[in-house]
Amino acid sequence: MMNNLGRREILETIGMIGEHHLDIRTVTMGISLTDCITDSAAITAEKVYDKVTSSAKNLVAVAGEISAIYGIPIVNKRVSVTPIGIVGASSGGFLEIARALDRAAADIGIDFIGGYTALVQKGATAAEERFMDTIPEALSTTAKVCSSLNVASTRAGINMDAVSRAGRLIKEAAYLTRDRDGIAAAKFVVFANAVEDNPFMAGAFHGTGEADKVINVGVSGPGVVKTALEAIPDGDLSEVGETIKRTAFKITRVGQLVAKEAARRLNASFGIVDLSLAPTPAVGDSVADILEEIGLGSVGAPGTTAALMMLNDAVKKGGIMASQHVGGLSGAFIPVSEDAGMIRAAASGALTIEKLEAMTAVCSVGLDMIAVPGDTPAETISAVIADEAAIGVANGKTTAVRLIPVYGKTVGDVAEFGGLLGTAPVMRINTLSPLKLISRGGRVAAPIHANKN
Amino acid sequence: MKAFLTVIGKDKVGIIAAVSGLLAASGVNIEDISQTIMQGMFTMVMAVDLGGADKDFAALGAGLKKCGEDLGVEISLRHADIFNAMHKI
Repeated sequence: MMNNLGRREILETIGMIGEHHLDIRTVTMGISLTDCITDSAAITAEKVYDKVTSSAKNLVAVAGEISAIYGIPIVNKRVSVTPIGIVGASSGGFLEIARALDRAAADIGIDFIGGYTALVQKGATAAEERFMDTIPEALSTTAKVCSSLNVASTRAGINMDAVSRAGRLIKEAAYLTRDRDGIAAAKFVVFANAVEDNPFMAGAFHGTGEADKVINVGVSGPGVVKTALEAIPDGDLSEVGETIKRTAFKITRVGQLVAKEAARRLNASFGIVDLSLAPTPAVGDSVADILEEIGLGSVGAPGTTAALMMLNDAVKKGGIMASQHVGGLSGAFIPVSEDAGMIRAAASGALTIEKLEAMTAVCSVGLDMIAVPGDTPAETISAVIADEAAIGVANGKTTAVRLIPVYGKTVGDVAEFGGLLGTAPVMRINTLSPLKLISRGGRVAAPIHANKN
Repeated sequence: MKAFLTVIGKDKVGIIAAVSGLLAASGVNIEDISQTIMQGMFTMVMAVDLGGADKDFAALGAGLKKCGEDLGVEISLRHADIFNAMHKI
């Protein structure tokens, strides 16, 4: 009717944004720092600060302009950078660079800056060994810096020395911020098959295969999907899948529009749209609620993995045609502390870490934002990472672990992280010892099906 | 620039007059109007052309928001591209 659009369609868009929490979860600018590498810590840090602040100085303003014109909230503005394990290798000034990144992020007004990262899936250089040891201090003495390690890949297998170290780093990061429920560990994620164009934190970094300045956009919209499903309470699962696909298409088209416009206005390359359905702690913005709408008494019930597989697949099928380039993590997120339905199920005991592990085999990304007792041994955390890495490596997908051991708290207590990081009930974790497995070290070889050439 | 203006709220006398008056005073051309009562709520969609507007998008949006507050309805203005992106292949 109006420019070939019907009133119903226009009002549908208004309702998706106004009532059902459709938003752009993040506009993330990836910035290459390879031209900042020097053998002086002070000079490298200064160049890093200058590169980030000059490249992304208009990021927040441009996101505000786009948000106003299209009438869609853009929740986070972020920057990802070249892995600092590489950028600081020559100078060794990792912590100086971390502080420069934090200062740059504060000065340009962004929410987070990611890339305090090392890619050690097959082995670590001497510089990367030193880098990894700085992660707990870097995270506990900065506000906006996020860190990640890639410890495994389908082509390289699992670096069990790095897995072992990651467990210790998580414990140390949590300990250093024990007065804030271990928040430093909430800014650190351990990956298998990490991707180079992820716009989401804490795992975003700017891969070395990327252009100088790239815009990657992460969409959201669990509330929109749930609302669409409420309209077909008696539909069979074919109809459920179709409805999710149609909704994901619409959501992703908005992401594509915003990504292209942001790249144009910021004189950057358009990278990807990440199709992840990212929840927030707000009521009505929950992936768990979608699974329950599909037909579970509670997330965690038998059938949860099947419902999640279907949701994840339908989101991708709907989204893939809606964007020129899809990338990043692209799948449903199931962070416990950031999803009201997950929090509810974890607190009631309906959802366990073991069930969550099964769910990570069929969705993006992993055991995410899970609080565990503060006295959980490092080797137990490492072994959980190894399990997740095994799922990722064997299935050729990204998996990740973001566990927060909360010092002074145990099962039944609640950890408060604030803001989008949310609230997490401390979950029970299996206490049987994996110490010998983790102490062996070495590498788990790449699986047979990795040998594709 | 083509945009869509939407008004949603409790029906009362003078909503169209107030909104169209504000648009006319700002040099905004109304290309199409559709209005109805849905579930007891007044809903109106206008297709508008901002090409001749004497204010920028932000100022127009702010003026309309204020007008909506005075009328007790919710008024929003959005670039047409977000609707086209979502609903047209």
